[in-house]
Amino acid sequence: MRRLTFTVLFAFAFASAVFAGGPSANKDASVTPVAHATDAETMRIEGEKRFHANCGRCHAAPQKFPPRIMATVLRHMRVRALVTAEDQRYILFYMTQ
Amino acid sequence: MSGALILLAFVLAAHSAIGQTSEPDKPVPILSGSIGTFSFITGGQNLIDTQINPVLLVPLGDNWLVESRAEFEGQFQRPQGGGPYQGPVTKHIDYAQLDYIANPYVTITLGRFLTPFGIFNERLYPVWIRFLQPDPLILPINTAPSDGAMFRGGFSVSPNANMNYALYASTTSIGIGSVDSERHVGGRVGFFFPGPRLEVGGSWQRTLQDDRKNAFGFHMGWQPSKLPLSVRSEFAHSFEGSGYWVESAYRMSQVHFWRKAMRRTELVGRAQQFFVGAIGADAEAALGLPSANAREADFGVNYFFRDGMKGIVSYGRQFSSAGNFNQWSFGLAYRFLIPLGRVAAPQESQ
Repeated sequence: MRRLTFTVLFAFAFASAVFAGGPSANKDASVTPVAHATDAETMRIEGEKRFHANCGRCHAAPQKFPPRIMATVLRHMRVRALVTAEDQRYILFYMTQ
Repeated sequence: MSGALILLAFVLAAHSAIGQTSEPDKPVPILSGSIGTFSFITGGQNLIDTQINPVLLVPLGDNWLVESRAEFEGQFQRPQGGGPYQGPVTKHIDYAQLDYIANPYVTITLGRFLTPFGIFNERLYPVWIRFLQPDPLILPINTAPSDGAMFRGGFSVSPNANMNYALYASTTSIGIGSVDSERHVGGRVGFFFPGPRLEVGGSWQRTLQDDRKNAFGFHMGWQPSKLPLSVRSEFAHSFEGSGYWVESAYRMSQVHFWRKAMRRTELVGRAQQFFVGAIGADAEAALGLPSANAREADFGVNYFFRDGMKGIVSYGRQFSSAGNFNQWSFGLAYRFLIPLGRVAAPQESQ
């Protein structure tokens, strides 16, 4: 049972890494530009919307911190709160404006 | 062992801080966490609870993160016969994990991690986040720490829905002392709908030791966009017991008098019920679960003095065949954040 469990888990991880790894797979969100946004204002508005939708699920809105701190906090939230990569990019942009 | 892990984390933090480039948004290691001091008066007996929960975050490269949270907690009570407050001071590591963000769909985690069964244990536990300071009755169900590996991720499945998942396997121990882990496998899947701000999901876990029992649970969260209201709930069922809680918080920012104070004030409430399992009253109590079927209602007020700092007061009453009692809570919770490296890029700081 244990061997089967680990086999399934690692097969899943391997398959995901092989088939799902797109161009952004090895890029950190903090340094990847958002291709869909046409201008900064659009990104800011979208970022604010996603900030309230995602962050408000658990806690009150925090203050804005310097970009380097926000980049770490959002990487933490990417893992902890399962914020999507796209949401992470928009929220980081909004929180560092 | 835990000391060595903390030392290793600080060495990594220092290495990461030294190795920073001049990019203005390059992540910097940070020391965050929360401090809380509370008075819990349960059935007339006062318990002073003071705790510090530091969280260390060390980003490495573009896709790695080392993260750890420890808990130092003192719980002090007067002895039955009177006298000064006394009690134990405990410490343990809640999680110490290495995360690798492999791609937009998969993050791989190794080490000790919070078991993703339901959402309270992983996301709502910190004292500065939770609506009410007393734990939900069902919190101990299947939330023992996991030592092993986990795959998790969150991604968009349509313009109107995000999916998130976690799959994990825990071994008996990786040598971090003070908190027992157990052998189990499990998973959680959830869907978040950004439009109505609704999240629903379910959890499953199978214990791979002793009786090899299954457990499952459901969770939900909802924040209507037109009201400063947040509603969330969990249900859990296992051989240790089952139950549910529903809680809500209403930020009084739409009240038209005393606006400055009301904007900082939050009314909170929780209703919950617990049903004992098949392990016996002593085993239930050892896990931190009620030893008899119980119902409880709690109400409270949170006041946010500033970002990350709030005062709390709440009242609850538990109804149980083991005895009814009141529970009052008072206290302060504070979230801190300290960068462990240069926050501004060199060209910015000049």
